[in-house]
Amino acid sequence: MTDIRYLAPSTLNEAVSAFAAGGSAARILAGGTDLLVQMRAGSVKPGLIVDIKKIAEMTAIEQTADGGFRIGAAVPGAVLAEHPRFGEVWPGVLEAVNLIGSTQVQGRASAGGNLCNGSPAGDSVPAMVAAGAIVTVQGPNGRRELPVEKVPAGPGRTNLLPGEILVSFTLPTRPPGSGDAYLRMIPRTEMDIAVVGVGVSLTLKGGVCSAARVGLGAVAPTVLLVEAAAKALIGSKLDDAALNAAANACSAACRPIDDKRGTIVYRTKIAGVLLRRTAAIAARRAREN
Amino acid sequence: MNIITNNKWIGQRTIRPDGADKVTGRAAFAADTNMPGMIWGKILRSPHPHARIRSIDTSKAEALPGVKAVVTSRDIVDFPVDKSVMLGIQDMRWMCRNVMARDKALFPGHPVAAVAATTEAIAARACELIEVDYEVLPWSIEIDDALTPDAPVLHEFIKFEGKPSNIAGRLEVKKGDIAEGFKQAEVVIERSFTTRPVHQGYIEPHACLISVAPDNKTTIWSSSQGQFMVRAMTAYLTGIPQSDIRAIPAEIGGGFGGKTIVYLEPLATLLAKKSGRPVKMVMTREEVMRATGPTSGSKSTVKIGAKKDGSIVAAQGTFYLQAGALPGSPIRGAVGCSFSPYDIPNVLSVGFDVLSNRSKVAAYRAPGAPIGAYAVECVMDELAEALKMDPLELRLKNAARQGTKAAFGPVFPRIGYVETLQAARAHPHYSAPLGKLQGRGVASGFWFNAGGESSAQVNITEDGNVVVTTGHPDIGGSRAAIANICAELLGIDYRRVSVLIGDTATIGFSNLTGGSRVLFASAMVVTQSTDKIITTLRERAAKIWEIDPEAVKWENGAAHPASPNAGKFEPLTLAELAAKAPQMGGPIGAGVQLNTEGAEGGFGTHICDVEVDPELGIVRVIRYTAVQDVGRAIHPGYVEGQMQGGVAQGIGWALNEEYIYNRDGKVDNPGFLDYRMPVCSDLPMLDTVMVEVPNPKHPQGVKGVGEVPLVPVMAAVANAIHNALGKRFYSLPMSPPRVLEVIEAKA
Repeated sequence: MTDIRYLAPSTLNEAVSAFAAGGSAARILAGGTDLLVQMRAGSVKPGLIVDIKKIAEMTAIEQTADGGFRIGAAVPGAVLAEHPRFGEVWPGVLEAVNLIGSTQVQGRASAGGNLCNGSPAGDSVPAMVAAGAIVTVQGPNGRRELPVEKVPAGPGRTNLLPGEILVSFTLPTRPPGSGDAYLRMIPRTEMDIAVVGVGVSLTLKGGVCSAARVGLGAVAPTVLLVEAAAKALIGSKLDDAALNAAANACSAACRPIDDKRGTIVYRTKIAGVLLRRTAAIAARRAREN
Repeated sequence: MNIITNNKWIGQRTIRPDGADKVTGRAAFAADTNMPGMIWGKILRSPHPHARIRSIDTSKAEALPGVKAVVTSRDIVDFPVDKSVMLGIQDMRWMCRNVMARDKALFPGHPVAAVAATTEAIAARACELIEVDYEVLPWSIEIDDALTPDAPVLHEFIKFEGKPSNIAGRLEVKKGDIAEGFKQAEVVIERSFTTRPVHQGYIEPHACLISVAPDNKTTIWSSSQGQFMVRAMTAYLTGIPQSDIRAIPAEIGGGFGGKTIVYLEPLATLLAKKSGRPVKMVMTREEVMRATGPTSGSKSTVKIGAKKDGSIVAAQGTFYLQAGALPGSPIRGAVGCSFSPYDIPNVLSVGFDVLSNRSKVAAYRAPGAPIGAYAVECVMDELAEALKMDPLELRLKNAARQGTKAAFGPVFPRIGYVETLQAARAHPHYSAPLGKLQGRGVASGFWFNAGGESSAQVNITEDGNVVVTTGHPDIGGSRAAIANICAELLGIDYRRVSVLIGDTATIGFSNLTGGSRVLFASAMVVTQSTDKIITTLRERAAKIWEIDPEAVKWENGAAHPASPNAGKFEPLTLAELAAKAPQMGGPIGAGVQLNTEGAEGGFGTHICDVEVDPELGIVRVIRYTAVQDVGRAIHPGYVEGQMQGGVAQGIGWALNEEYIYNRDGKVDNPGFLDYRMPVCSDLPMLDTVMVEVPNPKHPQGVKGVGEVPLVPVMAAVANAIHNALGKRFYSLPMSPPRVLEVIEAKA
């Protein structure tokens, strides 16, 4: 029965000061596809909601001078899908973002919200981690940048400081011969939460993997950057031995729980299966670029 | 009149009368109803699986501004535990304890108190202010845990073999001599199976709006499968006479059996009576998942013995079904239906009703039958394998036919089971090639179907059209089918027939929508009513023509002289006779009320193809064909819809649906995100083949069709997975982790 204040500022500075002043009772609203559900379920009772969708920088998609992309934190999945170039350069990131929710939810849900929700099972996060995305955040003490994998702190928690708002994702330029992919395991075909999600981004030079990053979701309290898996791929021709070694590295990195969405044994096993399949798709895309 | 063939409207895919309202959002469901002065009811539910309620202090809640009424079990009529009071399949002893916990809370989600307040938020806050002093008791959820010698007994007054027990009932069906039968067997297969409780999964949560006037005159708008059931149960539990209650059926957003009992109506009635204000209650999805339905989880053992030539000589089944926290699991369906597709000389089928600390089960589409059929049809598949017989041939060899005595009692009249097997065998699906990691399975199923009470009133309007009122909520297209029948009988365009569902004050008693009974029963009363009207119309034409009524025939919507001998007269149409009604004896209409008989059981045979991802354990159904003896498809579109709906639910039951409990004995997945019912993209086109063997005991040959299609599904899927992988599954759901476990298990 407490009142909720709603603000929709048009500048980031206004949003940051309102959000910081709101303290722990304040929540950021981008698409709202997590926040409103949590409010309905009674698990979150905000005193202040700061809607960031009126802030231009938050909803913009820019191609940077060096060929990278900057994506506003509140850009909905459907808008990202309609961008003429993004999906060609980062098909894996795009398919991950587009797996969040249903068609209707895609009209609202954003990668920024998906990251800040802090779920280890967020679909876009492993793909962003694999892509090497850097996030920009702004708070009462100004702007800072950090790697995307440093944002999650645990289920429902992030490392953002009090009053800080996620502003955008910056994805690096793509060397020729690069490709990325994201796959998740869900028991159904859609409308479900990842039991395991794997994002792979890699670059091939003369058939040899020269760079790789692997993001692994839903198998630990946070989405993981699996450096051992990347190491197993780099320098290889992505032959079976290398893929199996990377798969084993993924399984070894798992620290899952038994819950309603999957068991420890199952998650650990299929993390490797998904790594092999995801890497194969990323490699095929790399060869086509 | 030969109404089985050469029909104009029967068998047509007419547009359903309620269709436009439903696709445009105009249809009024229970939650769409509002009244001036209306307030909101909310329920305080037990957080514990099992707890004695020492005391309830509602004073703080009552003192909260905006709170208008609070009720607890003290306000509900008590039915002593030693005297059964049956209402349909429900015993009021258990109903009064299910709608509100009395001395003990029996499952997490069990209502403990209810509040009505001016807003939902105040009502919710008031619930938090109610102080309940619980003595937390040991609990059990699973069948095995409830049956251990030291299991906590839910009800000391329930005794089995003389001792307090969690076994609340036993049912046995017997034919021949089982021991003698197995002596003759040359091949015997015996297997044990488990299934999990599954929810009906209707989209519309339970909802009602109830107004009680100072003189107790009560009006109920609610979503249910039977307005008369709502009236009677509410009357029983509140003490208000049935004649003072008017229950108005809202459009229903799915029921599948789960809306054949009440949860909210008695509480909202008492809150409305206490507060003097109309009270609205709408469950959340979480409340639906925690405290309504589902159907039973089960544990069963089935043993079938056959001669080497494939003739089955003996069959035995033992079925333990979860009742939830109060007695009443559908053991009758498991025990009675399981072996009914087969002509077996020696059968022993026994069921046990097992209590545990989960929500009381409610009917779900052929209650109990799918659980039994899953076990029996999987064993049939193994038997066919052991005998090196085609599984359809094995079934054909042993199929029940006209004259077969079913183990549960009756001798079958003309039935269409053999025809379903023949149609399945001849279907291109059965011989289509399969790819790698794909497999095909078949299974059959039987459901009793039901008749029972039905009332109809058919009235001719002054402009010569027709209004039909029946008493059954329409959950499967029954209004469209009734319009087809009435139009056929009167020889008029079906668009001239409006079919409405009456409330308890405007139509005679009609039993609830369940047991696949509605079209069977209401077609009978509508047919008799319409026949009476046709008699009246012929009499009136005869009077005008001054000839004998026997000399008048009714054809193409008009009275005609029966033969040239009767004289030469221009036909008198329905509209012309309706216009003359005031001068010819008054309004034209007729009503009939019957306790209908002759509902014959239905049979289906299904073919399922699956593809397995052996690394992830994912099973996808890639092709499905359901063949069913449907009696007579009055409206083929809705018969097919029933068949497809049943199959879709069965695939969910087979592959992913289950309640997941946490360590505290609470359901951890009380919503559609994690209670994984199939979504559209999980299913292939579900093909249907309607085999029409008309029911000889019905004027249009109608047989219930709604429940049979769920019965064979889980076994068909399991048998298909076996065919793909060479591995047998003995428990549901066959979800990815379990499938992977079986694949990787050492042989």
